[in-house]
Amino acid sequence: MTWETVIGLEVHAQLATNTKIFSAASTAFGAMPNTQACLVDLGMPGVLPVLNKGVVDMAIRFGLAVGATVAEKSVFARKNYFYPDLPKGYQISQFELPVVLGGQITIEVDGKEKVINLTRAHLEEDAGKSLHEDFEGYSGIDLNRAGTPLLEIVSEPEMRSPAEAVAYAKKLHELVQYLGICDGNMQEGSFRVDANVSVRRPGAPFGTRAEIKNVNSFKFLERAIMFEVERQIDVIEAGGQVVQETRLYDAAKDETRSMRSKEEAMDYRYFPCPDLLPLIITPAMIEVVKAEMPELPDAKRARFMSQYGLNDYDAMVLTNSREIADYYEAVVAATGGKDAKIAANWVMGELNARLNNDNLSISESPVDAQRMAGLIARILDNTISGKIAKDVFDAMWTSQDSADAIIESKGLKQITDPVAIAAMVRGVIDQFPEQLAEYKGGRDKLFGFFVGEVMKATKGKANPGQVNQILKDELAK
Amino acid sequence: MNFHQMTMVQLAEQLRNKSVSSVELTQYFLDRMTQFDGQINSYITQTPELALAQAAAADARRAAGEDGLLLGMPLAHKDIFCTKDVITTCASKMLANFKAPYNATVVEKLNAAGMVTLGKVNMDEFAMGSTTENSAFGVTRNPWSLDAVPGGSSGGSAAALAAGLAPVATGTDTGGSIRQPAAFCGVTGIKPTYGSVSRYGMIAYASSLDQGGPMAKTAEDCAHLLSAMAGFDERDSTCAEGERPDYVTGLNDSVKGLRIGLPKEYFGEGLSPEVKAATMAVATELEKQGATLVEVSLPNTSAAMPAYYVIAPAEASSNLSRYDGVRFGHRCDNPKDLKDMYIRSRSEGFGAEVKRRIMVGAYVLSAGYYDAYYLKAQRVRRLIKQDFVDAFDQCDVILGPVAPTPAWKLGEKTADPTAMYLADIYTIPVNLAGLPAIALPAGFSAGLPVGVQLIGNYFSEPKLLNVAHQYQQATNHHIQMPAAFA
Amino acid sequence: MSDQIDVHKVARLGALAVSDDEVAAVGQKLNAIVGLFDQLAAINTDGVEPMAHPLDQVQRLREDVVTEADIHEYVQQIAPKVEAGLYLVPKVIE
Repeated sequence: MTWETVIGLEVHAQLATNTKIFSAASTAFGAMPNTQACLVDLGMPGVLPVLNKGVVDMAIRFGLAVGATVAEKSVFARKNYFYPDLPKGYQISQFELPVVLGGQITIEVDGKEKVINLTRAHLEEDAGKSLHEDFEGYSGIDLNRAGTPLLEIVSEPEMRSPAEAVAYAKKLHELVQYLGICDGNMQEGSFRVDANVSVRRPGAPFGTRAEIKNVNSFKFLERAIMFEVERQIDVIEAGGQVVQETRLYDAAKDETRSMRSKEEAMDYRYFPCPDLLPLIITPAMIEVVKAEMPELPDAKRARFMSQYGLNDYDAMVLTNSREIADYYEAVVAATGGKDAKIAANWVMGELNARLNNDNLSISESPVDAQRMAGLIARILDNTISGKIAKDVFDAMWTSQDSADAIIESKGLKQITDPVAIAAMVRGVIDQFPEQLAEYKGGRDKLFGFFVGEVMKATKGKANPGQVNQILKDELAK
Repeated sequence: MNFHQMTMVQLAEQLRNKSVSSVELTQYFLDRMTQFDGQINSYITQTPELALAQAAAADARRAAGEDGLLLGMPLAHKDIFCTKDVITTCASKMLANFKAPYNATVVEKLNAAGMVTLGKVNMDEFAMGSTTENSAFGVTRNPWSLDAVPGGSSGGSAAALAAGLAPVATGTDTGGSIRQPAAFCGVTGIKPTYGSVSRYGMIAYASSLDQGGPMAKTAEDCAHLLSAMAGFDERDSTCAEGERPDYVTGLNDSVKGLRIGLPKEYFGEGLSPEVKAATMAVATELEKQGATLVEVSLPNTSAAMPAYYVIAPAEASSNLSRYDGVRFGHRCDNPKDLKDMYIRSRSEGFGAEVKRRIMVGAYVLSAGYYDAYYLKAQRVRRLIKQDFVDAFDQCDVILGPVAPTPAWKLGEKTADPTAMYLADIYTIPVNLAGLPAIALPAGFSAGLPVGVQLIGNYFSEPKLLNVAHQYQQATNHHIQMPAAFA
Repeated sequence: MSDQIDVHKVARLGALAVSDDEVAAVGQKLNAIVGLFDQLAAINTDGVEPMAHPLDQVQRLREDVVTEADIHEYVQQIAPKVEAGLYLVPKVIE
């Protein structure tokens, strides 16, 4: 008998606003403790929340992007529980009437497309952080994060494998960054994934689910689900029952374990927050957001294929993030749109390799799109060969110089004068009479040897195409 | 000069014609507070240094040519309004040492008008109560009879006014907390339309019901103070946008043609004969001035009290969760662990009535009871609002008692919370509906003041103040003072 | 009729202590209060929308501009226990 895995994901995306959801304090990451917690964030007696317009616009943007219903009326509710990083003793969230209803995300696994339906997405405030390094039996509370806006995106339990869950999470991750509503930084907690996992016999009703928290990478998401599925199957096959509970993923041990402390019969006593009025989103507000909507990944991919003649794979890689796509388009535009394929090869090849090597994001690239375009332009006009270009690129990586300046100062300009090349070719042939004899005797493979020697003699600067042609001619003489 | 016998408008004239400086007037009231407050305990905190500094600044502003009715005028703030760097207790041990790090919008506005803070006055803890007996800083006594309650929760405000220990005061009204102590102490107080006055910095009891307002000897004084307190505040999402009406200009309008509704439900069983008589006498006086009386019905009146005691504790239980001993307020000694810190800090910091309302609130919101209690109460709330909407088709203002009886004895109802709650039946419907209502003195019964209230439609404060002022022009209940403090 | 209040449960929800010898007295008062609510059930509210706010207004939106400054040194003067800019609480165990 086989088991079927059932997965639904809850993603908390921190919205990339300047200020908090209910206060005008900064949301910037990494500030000194409590320096960005204002009176409202601290839950001082008498303070009141006022909703940030930026948060609402971002929720609308998300709703439009996934084809969801943007609720005309949504309501903020209080979720009551005590925790030191929750200053008011309640979290302002949305419960019965969320801001976004429905929507879909299309994923692709093993070449097959699958539509995952969203249940809802709602707005809420983030909590602060408890720091557990020892203050002699105490924990330290930093409330800088308290009040940071979150969009909690809840999927239907429609994923059937860890791979689908990862594909969905990645797709969502890509989308929120594209939309400019979340920076997607999983290490800093900007994009947090909780997985609801259960198993059942195919066709049977849903099994009891466990919620796995604390998964801060796609790799860990996959492993956590895999572990949890095995665990649940073991429990059931041993005659036991899966308990509905919250479990933490421990990456070091590669296992999930029960969070008993959270299980103490929580009764959150949700009720409409009396300090806030119903959020009404008018068609006019939606129109304004729609007009400012960025191009979405799938549309961009299709456009890259048609506009730049890229194949499916290249278009996918180049639209993987909005930054990469923007960089690529800037390079193509700066080279006059002449050969978009070479630009694609350079962005996906050399640039990507160097970025990975130096652990940089594309926005941190030492070679910006303009300088990259300068290099590609010299390849296109045959000033340098592709091989020399790699040396020039290396030099650009560690300096501020343009490709032209490096080519000039290092004397790397390609030799394209047929007379000069012919002279060098003849010089090489004269140098290796034995090899010439063998070649003439039928060892065609030696052609490559002659090419290599010519390139060596010209320090790689001779135009390779011309070298081939002239060498062929000279050897035939 | 007997400044404590004057109305605020009269005092303003003294300041304006330089008969007295703000520093002198302030010192006069500070001296009276020293002399008399031991008898009634109306102040939790007196702020003489702050007061004299503010008074000197006001005098300087006046010397520089500035004028303003409130410039240099002393007042007392209910200790529910946050005052920057001044202890703001909300009458709770929880906040016994809480120096508020900011000013409430109301305080900020009155400071800007040049008013002088004499101190912070007593109240029921977190505004939960009808007698000011639920204060961690001792009961406040009624200046008219020292063994009677002053009412609550703004009992300190009302008692200080009645004893002449402040010319005017701020109060808040969640279920009658301005009107009922005003009635018990023989002063005037208006609970404005919900959203008229910013709630920012006013420590929350029940957010959808709380509303700050002025308390004074006269409706005219209330009109001037309300003009400075009310207004849109971008820090309060529930604060009404746009300009507030002019509360002063229409004070002298005639009441001729005014239709006064008398809700039959407010005159039934439970209303004491003396309060009923006083209320009818007010009706008769206004009728004499040209108003007409109409009987109206508010059929869901009896449901207001239970609806209120579901909704207010529900909101309160959540509002009071922030008192956890982490960032401010009381923390217990040597907590064993986190849970111990929460439970002991809160159990030590809160009084019995506050704890009861927290527990009742948690109960009505908890799984399995939410629909039957909380949601049901919210539906009833709409019916109550609709009752008023229908009644205002037939009348311009509604006249009724504030409380079923005059002030009762200290300790008389403390053992039975439900008996105490029943005394709120005439004030609570107004808060549930969010309407404005003014309480004004209407006579005496056995030496204790009796008050009535006028309830108006949304944002009809100018009309209420006008009618009350016209009544006070023809009567003198409001200028009486208890002999011991005259 | 209303159920009897589980005093321990509502005390726990409110993070309050009710000692064993107080339970009976506290419970009696709470039950008397909750008993008042029974009359709500008798009122016909079919088709009546719950009313959360007195005024039919909608939520106002604030522009997304930082206006709050760092005030931690000032506001931590009134905190029970702080160190290195952090609020200290008995160790949080997850």
